[in-house]
Amino acid sequence: MSFPWAKNYKPSHPLMVYLDEKLPLPRLIYNAIGAGYPVPRNLNYAWNFGVLAGFCLVLQIVTGVILAMHYAANAGVAFDSVEHIMRDVNWGWMLRYAHANGASAFFVVVYIHIFRGFFYSSYKAPREMIWLLGVVIFLLMMATAFMGYVLPWGQMSFWGAKVITGLFSAIPLVGTPLQQWLLGGFAPDNAALNRFFSLHFLLPFVIAAVIIMHIWALHIPGSSNPTGVEIKTESDTVPFHPYYTAKDGFGLGVFLLLYCTVLFFFPNALGHPDNYIPANPLSTPAHIVPEWYFWPFYAILRAFTSDFLFIPAKLMGVLAMFSAILVWFFLPWLDTSPVRSGHYRPLFRKFYWILVLDTLVLGYCGGSPAETKYVLISQIAATYYFLHFLVILPLVSSIEKPQPLPYSITESVLGTDALTA
Amino acid sequence: MVRIFGPLIGLFFAAALLWSFGVGAVQQIREPDPSTAVKDFHLDPKENVHWTFEGPFGTYSNRQLQRGFAVYKQVCNNCHSLKQIAFRNLTALGYSPAEVKAIAKQWGTKAKTFDPKTGDTGDRPNTPADHIPPVYYPGTGNPPDLSLITKARHGGAHYVYSLLTGYTDQPAALLKKYPDSKTPDGLYYNPYFANLNIAMPPPLTDDAVTYSDGTKATLDQEARDVAAFLTWTAEPEMEKRKQTGWPVVGFLIAATALAYLSKRNIWADKH
Repeated sequence: MSFPWAKNYKPSHPLMVYLDEKLPLPRLIYNAIGAGYPVPRNLNYAWNFGVLAGFCLVLQIVTGVILAMHYAANAGVAFDSVEHIMRDVNWGWMLRYAHANGASAFFVVVYIHIFRGFFYSSYKAPREMIWLLGVVIFLLMMATAFMGYVLPWGQMSFWGAKVITGLFSAIPLVGTPLQQWLLGGFAPDNAALNRFFSLHFLLPFVIAAVIIMHIWALHIPGSSNPTGVEIKTESDTVPFHPYYTAKDGFGLGVFLLLYCTVLFFFPNALGHPDNYIPANPLSTPAHIVPEWYFWPFYAILRAFTSDFLFIPAKLMGVLAMFSAILVWFFLPWLDTSPVRSGHYRPLFRKFYWILVLDTLVLGYCGGSPAETKYVLISQIAATYYFLHFLVILPLVSSIEKPQPLPYSITESVLGTDALTA
Repeated sequence: MVRIFGPLIGLFFAAALLWSFGVGAVQQIREPDPSTAVKDFHLDPKENVHWTFEGPFGTYSNRQLQRGFAVYKQVCNNCHSLKQIAFRNLTALGYSPAEVKAIAKQWGTKAKTFDPKTGDTGDRPNTPADHIPPVYYPGTGNPPDLSLITKARHGGAHYVYSLLTGYTDQPAALLKKYPDSKTPDGLYYNPYFANLNIAMPPPLTDDAVTYSDGTKATLDQEARDVAAFLTWTAEPEMEKRKQTGWPVVGFLIAATALAYLSKRNIWADKH
């Protein structure tokens, strides 16, 4: 990204001058997250979560690589090898709790990051590519998290793997062979566990690569901001360092405080007790539920209980569950309002908060047993979910009368801008 | 294109969902989900026991863990394995290395041996390095390994305590409402068990064990002690975890406060 007023990297130490000629890595850092990257001066704390998500990925890779040194991906010993980590490996319990709760923390942070994007329409031109890459990252995260949850080979690991790979069997004609090909057998067993471990190790690095593209694409138009008004002059911006390094540092402190409180005092609060029972193909748990971060999508999957226009209910559920995320890819073209920020869109704002509530309701239902009342509630909530993105957003964009925007970012912060005065 | 097909797809999903909702709702009105004996009579674990290990400062009581170990050894171990625990781990309960050695040596089930030269199998006394030998149970039911039981059940120690003290006669009201749900022969009614009928006979009674520290071995006391012991077998790291957590949280509060002040200082001229 280059605004004309962006500061230039000027190495002074001879070593840095030498390095800059041969491999300008410090220059890259300077221009990416240093003083060479001008950022809107009005970003609120909702803009902290991108950096936090990056931190979570690093945390997961570091703890995960060390756990992999002690874990054994074999259906016969996987469960006991996790207990070996918990009991016999020095600080192994801390690593494993850090990794398991790290996944939850990653999803908390990323969900806030995504809903920040919804509210401020971060997906709108010229930032569509950033958004599309972000949805790809989220899909990769879901795949990684799902396969990681299988590795301890507890009851929920096994039955979760069975249910999720079973989704593919809903596809007409090729479904069952496809499921068997994915699992390497008729049910989850050693072949499945081994390939899940291999992919669970690989995908985070793929995520890291897509994140690099996500940030690269971000640096072309630069960050959006809470007013949604583009940068006009230097007074609209501050250099990333020290302003946002300081703000992100504080945000990171708050995040770590919450994360460590869970890690050291409630490490099992977000998990399911059944996963401390070794996998048993002959005993189906009373309620098979995925980890909390999949609950909204699980509720959508289970909401289709009747065949519709000759399409089997199971296939409808699978299609809808994947569509619930795929629909995000089309947001830049579904929401046509020229105004970005929800602050200046009175009608959109109301529907946004309904969507937040709706997603929480779906999550609650997805985590509850498959009783009729929860299924009926998720059917209504899922209906709203699809209508929100595919019908309401395009409609609101065309009928809404937005509120007047500030002239510039500077004006929105200081109440006045030298340019307008 | 997106703005034509998008709404159509949205309406399609909405129609399918409302169709499912309608069919489900009509069915629910015609034939509401039947209530079952489990729905009506299953109880959540009692929460009225105070554990020393509760809360962010909680620690285990070694005397209680030793009593709980006695209950496991004399009663539970007849049917239930505890395979994640090695004898050497028992030093955490306050036993000296010599005592642990003696406990291992005197353990009823011997360690299995195999001579690869001759192919002969045999046994030898346990050593502190050995795990508690597995228990093979031929009777009705599948007694689970107890190493992780408090983590593997909702309610944890409360569940174990409630189950052990919860045996009772099947309520007359249950039999009246659900005559088909009479507890089958060979099973025992326990409202804290998931399906109300458990294969385990009531394992504890007053004076089922003799405590070496003079505590009176009531059923209630035994249940508490063994629930505490099984919490330790599931989470032997708990004390260290909490003790590590406090300095970490303390440091983070200080570091975050400094980060906040630094942020405020840097931004002072930009608001």
